[in-house]
Amino acid sequence: MESLVSRAGLWFAAFLVAIFMFVNAVDTGFAIHMVVFGLAALAGLVISLTKSNYKVLAAIGGALPPDQSRYDDDLVRTGVILTTFWGCVGFLVGLYIALQLAFPALNLGFEYTTFGRLRPLHTSAVIFAFGGTALITTSFYIVQRTCRARLALPGLARFVFWGYQLFIVLAATGYVLGVTQGKEYAEPEWYIDLWLTLVWVAYLAVFVMTLIKRKEPHIYVANWFFLSFIITVALLHLVNNANVPVSLFGSKSYPVWAGVQGALVQWWYGHNAVGFFLTAGFLAMMYYFVPKQAERPVYSYRLSILHFWSLIFLYIWAGPHHLHYTALPDWAQTLGMVFSVMLWMPSWGGMINGLMTLNGAWDKVRTDPIIRMMVLSLAFYGMSTFEGPMMSIKSVNSLSHYTDWTIGHVHSGALGWNGMITFAALYYLTPRLWNRTRMYSQRMINWHFWLATLGIVFYASAMWVTGIMEGLMWREYGADGYLVNSFAETVAAKFPMYVLRAFGGVLYLSGALIMAFNVWQTIIGNLRQEEPLRQAAYDPNADRPLVAAPAE
Amino acid sequence: MANRHIDEPTGVETVGHEWDGIEELNNPLPRWWVVTFWITVVFSLAYMVVYPAIPMLGKGTEGLWGWSSRGQLTAEMAAAQAARKPVLDKIAATPIEQIAADKDLLAKARAGGMAAFKQNCALCHGSGGKGMVGYPNLADRDWLWGGSVTDIEFSITHGIRSPGADATRTSLMPSFGKDGILQDGQIADTSAYVLSLSGKAPSDAAAQRGAAVFAANCAACHGADGKGLRAFGAPNLADQVWLYGGTKDQVAASIARARAGVMPAWAGKLDPVTIKMLAVYVHSLGGGEQFAAAPAAAAAAPANGNGNAKP
Repeated sequence: MESLVSRAGLWFAAFLVAIFMFVNAVDTGFAIHMVVFGLAALAGLVISLTKSNYKVLAAIGGALPPDQSRYDDDLVRTGVILTTFWGCVGFLVGLYIALQLAFPALNLGFEYTTFGRLRPLHTSAVIFAFGGTALITTSFYIVQRTCRARLALPGLARFVFWGYQLFIVLAATGYVLGVTQGKEYAEPEWYIDLWLTLVWVAYLAVFVMTLIKRKEPHIYVANWFFLSFIITVALLHLVNNANVPVSLFGSKSYPVWAGVQGALVQWWYGHNAVGFFLTAGFLAMMYYFVPKQAERPVYSYRLSILHFWSLIFLYIWAGPHHLHYTALPDWAQTLGMVFSVMLWMPSWGGMINGLMTLNGAWDKVRTDPIIRMMVLSLAFYGMSTFEGPMMSIKSVNSLSHYTDWTIGHVHSGALGWNGMITFAALYYLTPRLWNRTRMYSQRMINWHFWLATLGIVFYASAMWVTGIMEGLMWREYGADGYLVNSFAETVAAKFPMYVLRAFGGVLYLSGALIMAFNVWQTIIGNLRQEEPLRQAAYDPNADRPLVAAPAE
Repeated sequence: MANRHIDEPTGVETVGHEWDGIEELNNPLPRWWVVTFWITVVFSLAYMVVYPAIPMLGKGTEGLWGWSSRGQLTAEMAAAQAARKPVLDKIAATPIEQIAADKDLLAKARAGGMAAFKQNCALCHGSGGKGMVGYPNLADRDWLWGGSVTDIEFSITHGIRSPGADATRTSLMPSFGKDGILQDGQIADTSAYVLSLSGKAPSDAAAQRGAAVFAANCAACHGADGKGLRAFGAPNLADQVWLYGGTKDQVAASIARARAGVMPAWAGKLDPVTIKMLAVYVHSLGGGEQFAAAPAAAAAAPANGNGNAKP
């Protein structure tokens, strides 16, 4: 009862603060965001008053306390749905801005719909909304199973999950309203950053406390990766968002880092957001779902230790390769490059361990569409982690930098690696979480696989061609010693590839929509009449935490 | 918990841990993986010795090869400039009206002019110099301030109504509507008359009324026949070429609110040889006029306030 009162009191205080900030707001964006904050605090208040105390609820004949002999999967179920939703939103916005690049009339003449505002909406929707929700969801699922323990601090876990969703809503509405600090992948303004800090510290607490109460003697490799992801993202977020607000009641702030130091901090952040969010976090997913779906042991324990430590040690230094041939001192550029080159094999360690886990089960690539997705995902992971070190070499970078090659590189990683492994995880999770014998349709998974694969091929090859072409056009010198092309001519030359890229986006989005349909049908309990494909075995009775006294 | 056993399909022993059914094999590190990793480490160490790499108190180490990105840029720019120098010197030494006589020099000047045009002029005038609304087409025969190569050079050097440029070409058409000089009806009549000059509209009653307004207000600069006057940059209104659109409403809008387009003076932004090459290039786009029309007059007459000595 005491905790209920203090929890409700906290939400009520947050509600009052939001009203106070709203009344004093100096700009519209801030005022709107304080309304969103206030509504969220109100929702928190209502939920903590009605749902959090099971003793009270039981006394008035309400819901029963959760079954301690099962895993705490409520958030995971919500997370599966939200990941699917955010993925479709992010891909749709991505397709729209790809079309804007080919047909600029689609900017529509409103500031809210210009490329400059929709582009961060796309990147944040896919990385932080789709990817972030997938990471929180799967980490809550995996850490319970591999520790054989329910989530520690279940109330705080709910705060983490929904607090992160609030962060997404604030960030996304901010971009459209023009609230941004203008740092790539760190666009949200100071007060949203503070909120995320709160959420992230709570995330760390939930994760670490669950690890501490584990019933297994060792910590599984997936959890090492999740932990490094959570800790490093906290560090990156705090340092890169060290900003001073102009007014405590306004959205605008300025960074404490100036000039080239600001650029270096930004790309130290930006590169490690890729390294620890999109690589380490998703490797954690890979290390659980690939052996589970293949029903095979992980290829090499030694390799997992070595590539984990070398990956996290080397990754953190590679950021300066984003600033080759700039005002950054030459020595820092050199270090950024050599650390990236040395990162090649540590990155590939994850690919080897994932692919070789299929040793003895390669026939499943033919019969199991989820395994097929995982294999393609690992192949793209290997390709983009080779491409990255290659592009960090200065002579390659002098051609590739500022061109669409970079966009192609990012998307072969994001669509191929992050997208495919997440889709595979969603297909693995959905029937298990809703107690279905299988997905509504396994054939549709196959369709999704081929649409996504073709989409990536169109996207990446169009961007490689246009990127290298544009790099060569920029540096082309005529016989008379003058640059041959103006910038506008290089833009005009890219048009056909921009259309092809958008076509790739259409394919990728259609695959995701098929997945959304498939997930929805599975949840409501439908089963498509079809010849079933191979799937991994699942024993609901074994999928339980170890509890001191058996529940039976 | 440790339960080591041989994995059936691969014949490799497990490590003995198990989490939610997941086990781990005790495979050694792939040899090629280890070797490649050490190769990248050795490459990196060697790279750090020969290139700038280690931050010291004052500045970073310079590396055995003494390379710097700034040094490389300076060397490449110097080499490019040295390669261009003989041609640029020759262009600088040749009077602009004589460049056309030397076919080879003309081609080189046009190449240099085209490169400078794409960098500096194409934003407004288009990459082919065809212009757009408000920005003159440089490839036709219609010139506001003169189309000989010296006229063009003067326009580029000093600009059009360029603030702060002393010798800039300048003139100001009144805003007949905004400043209350003419009534809306008179403006409509005048635009009907202006369009009738090029046969775009019939010479009807409105145009007849407009003729009188035109004679009293416009003919001083645009000429009694509407064919314009280059001394004032007053456009020819009888040639169906329109800088701000040729519908009746667009012409009426130009009369009501004068346009007075601006081009910056490029002297100081570009060096004289580049401006010379630009003039040659623009002159060659298709509408260039012969300089020889009145060379003596151009040379003899002192530059007047409009900077254009051509009659």
